[in-house]
Amino acid sequence: MNREHNWTKITAVANIPPQEGRSVTVGEVELAIFNLHDRFVTIENRCPHKGGPLCDGIVSGTSVVCPLHGWRFDLDSGAAVRASLPACVTVFPTRVEEGIILVDPSAGRRITSEEAAA
Amino acid sequence: MSGATRRLVVVGNGMAGVACVEQILKRKHDFEITIFGDEPHVNYNRILLSSVLAGEKSAEDIVLNDVDWYRENGLRARLGVRVAGIDRAAQTVIDDEGRATHFDELILATGSSAFIPPIPGVEKKNVHVFRTLDDTRALLEKSRKGCRAVVIGGGLLGLEAARGLQLRGCEVSVVHLMETLMERQLDRDGGAYLLRKIENLGIRVMLPKQTAALTGNGRVEGLRFASGEELEADLVVIAAGIKPNAELARKAALEVRRGIVVDDYMQTSDPHIHAVGECTEHRGQTFGLVAPLMEQAKVLASTLTGSRAVAFTGASTAAKLKIMGVEIFSAGSIDESEPGIETVRYEDPSLGIYKKLFLKDNRLRGVILVGDISDERRYTEWLRQDSDLSSQRRHLLFPPPVEDPGLEVAAMPESEIICGCNGVSKGTIIGAIHEKGITTLSELKTCTRASTSCGSCTGLCEQLLRAVAPDFQEETRTTLCSCVPFSYEQLRDIVKGQQLKSVQEVLNVYGNRKGCEICKPALSYMLDMLWCGGHEEDRSARFINDRVHANIQKDGTFSVIPRMRGGVTSPDELRRIADVAEKYNVRMVKVTGSQRLDLLGVKKSDLPKVWADLGMPSGQAYTKGVRMVKTCVGTEFCRFGTQDSTSAGIELERRLENLFTPHKVKMGVVGCPRNCAEATVKDIGMVGQEGSWQVVVGGAAGKSVRKADLLITVETTGQALEACELFFQYYRENANYLERTYDFVERLGIEKVRKETVYASEQERRSLLDRLQRSKTISKDAWLERETPVNPTQFVQIQPIQSPALKETII
Repeated sequence: MNREHNWTKITAVANIPPQEGRSVTVGEVELAIFNLHDRFVTIENRCPHKGGPLCDGIVSGTSVVCPLHGWRFDLDSGAAVRASLPACVTVFPTRVEEGIILVDPSAGRRITSEEAAA
Repeated sequence: MSGATRRLVVVGNGMAGVACVEQILKRKHDFEITIFGDEPHVNYNRILLSSVLAGEKSAEDIVLNDVDWYRENGLRARLGVRVAGIDRAAQTVIDDEGRATHFDELILATGSSAFIPPIPGVEKKNVHVFRTLDDTRALLEKSRKGCRAVVIGGGLLGLEAARGLQLRGCEVSVVHLMETLMERQLDRDGGAYLLRKIENLGIRVMLPKQTAALTGNGRVEGLRFASGEELEADLVVIAAGIKPNAELARKAALEVRRGIVVDDYMQTSDPHIHAVGECTEHRGQTFGLVAPLMEQAKVLASTLTGSRAVAFTGASTAAKLKIMGVEIFSAGSIDESEPGIETVRYEDPSLGIYKKLFLKDNRLRGVILVGDISDERRYTEWLRQDSDLSSQRRHLLFPPPVEDPGLEVAAMPESEIICGCNGVSKGTIIGAIHEKGITTLSELKTCTRASTSCGSCTGLCEQLLRAVAPDFQEETRTTLCSCVPFSYEQLRDIVKGQQLKSVQEVLNVYGNRKGCEICKPALSYMLDMLWCGGHEEDRSARFINDRVHANIQKDGTFSVIPRMRGGVTSPDELRRIADVAEKYNVRMVKVTGSQRLDLLGVKKSDLPKVWADLGMPSGQAYTKGVRMVKTCVGTEFCRFGTQDSTSAGIELERRLENLFTPHKVKMGVVGCPRNCAEATVKDIGMVGQEGSWQVVVGGAAGKSVRKADLLITVETTGQALEACELFFQYYRENANYLERTYDFVERLGIEKVRKETVYASEQERRSLLDRLQRSKTISKDAWLERETPVNPTQFVQIQPIQSPALKETII
């Protein structure tokens, strides 16, 4: 299996203002990309609770709060923070090259439920 | 009666002297008391001066006893008068105006002064000490944004001063002679943890550094160290320790070593002269912390009022750093070299927690806590009672978990000290609650003095009140959230006082830098309201509704409600609404309860086009702001109408629309008391009757149902509109974020609201209206952002530059 990344060029960094997120659909997946000042992170744009658009949430440090019912996810691990049940969203590798954000939509990673519970 | 009185003179109006007087007043006594104080202020809480410097408290907040207290207790206060000498033979004190005051008993409570090390240049301008309210005021005046401040001294006071100056916007460096910060309270490892925390706050720490000279021509310009290095400075604060003020005693030939020597009953070498506080030396020890002074005060009060039942045998040396986010507690002896001492420690570098206990023969001798001081009380009790800890050895560092937090206070013995500063036990507090019928924390403070010094026992006092006082009333000051742990009132003062203009600035200086979904929108509102729009708008700190000016729905689409003032529309508007609904496939058109039309299911990227096609202003249905004014048809059509409610409602909506409020504001105007547009259950309502209007506020018909309170009855529509505006602005300025008018009015009471709005002085009313006008002038219809959005991609659906199918060709 080819372990090389399938980096896909998404958009110019300027299109996502600091501390905000934007959604983008790449193939089948709808992603939410966030600008954390020092780096960009990407998660799936769908809250596991009721499907809320996470890209529209308020960023708090390195987590985002779903605009519908306030579920909070760590943007690095994808794990829900302070949720009543262990839950998580998929996190996608993200990097910036020459002012363009690149995401690998095929290398999404989801922490296991044991990790989430811990 | 008067023949039997004895004259007691107290020299010193500080915490120790006044604490002793308070203790005497509590007992049966025959004294006529005169207090001399060389500071021209009433008695204040010196340990909170750092909070005044930090802008967290005002000078008034730290007053312990106001002028009335002196008067009510028949005390003669000679403030701003220095005592120059004591004539022991004649039993008089001589003040600096040459007047003699006779005493039967004399208390010296002269305190201490800042120790100024003999460094060349300390006399230069802008070199200060930090000891009194006047010093603090001087520092407040001198410190400003960008000012380079250097604090000499890395002890408790120096660090607190440094943080205070930093909060004033200074660039701060701390220069310390020793290798460890707070070396009297911390060991080397604890000091390293503290160092990291202080540096993380953005304060530069230089140690070990010996200052050789302060340089500059008249005004200080920098420091030169013994190593030859130099450091530039605009302001220097010396916090290198304190020295007892013993001059007066020395001149009177009392026994003085470092401090005024006292025995276990606080008596000096003259049986009619006593001393308490930081000026004393007891068994070779001098004092600089508040708890032992309070104990001394009690011992002396008891001695003077006739009993030597209580003796002072030295006291714990518990110290706590009062810097938010840097928790340090140290108590007892931390000398590891003492034979037989064993230490138990725990540390977690990434959490910044360090705990170390010093034990001897299964008894606690000393403790150091850094980063987590939640067990401070437990250790203080172990020290105080000299408890045998054999049975606790497995739980020394972590107490067994408590299931119900209320149990903690319930499980405490009656004798346990709740307020360590003032030595108030649980039993005393419970007694006071029962006997005096105390129901609030403020009453408890006044009555027992508990929680009036450092304030760290406030939580416990509240728990006790909750458990014991049948009619306990929570104080209304609640903090915004854990990111910015200040009350709304404090934050408003801070934002105003420190001229903070952006959410991130507030979070950086007073919070955890991150913020969350609770504090960010609240701070955004506060900045907009206080600066009347002259703040730095940060859309990332706003809820999505306030970024896109529409209300997010469960499927991520939005609802659009155009403004329809007074619920009045026209065929032309209705046609445009119908066209928009068809053009953008709006899933539902709904008549709302607010006499408006709602277009549901609009995509974010369509919003600007929808607004443009509607050609109507935003109805603010998505935000904490002015929703609508519901009206009836009034005299225009109704055969019962007594006032033109429709025109009045439209005018009210025009005057207030586009403004933001702590929570949504719904209004109603009705033309007669039949109340067809339900004005009496609105946040603000106008109820017309023959020849007058009633203005009502604080009504609700949602989650709560509440009939509005009458604010005022006036004759003309103009007066009624003005009353609405006064209340509206008052609510904007004084309510907590997310507090609806019905909670706000209930919290304050309608009498207070009336007094501060419609019945306030002409000048106060004028300034409320002026501020409203200023906000109104810069406010605008949010939907105009369709032309120039704050962020260019706000409404754009980003399309990927590449599609992943092409990936093979790229790599």
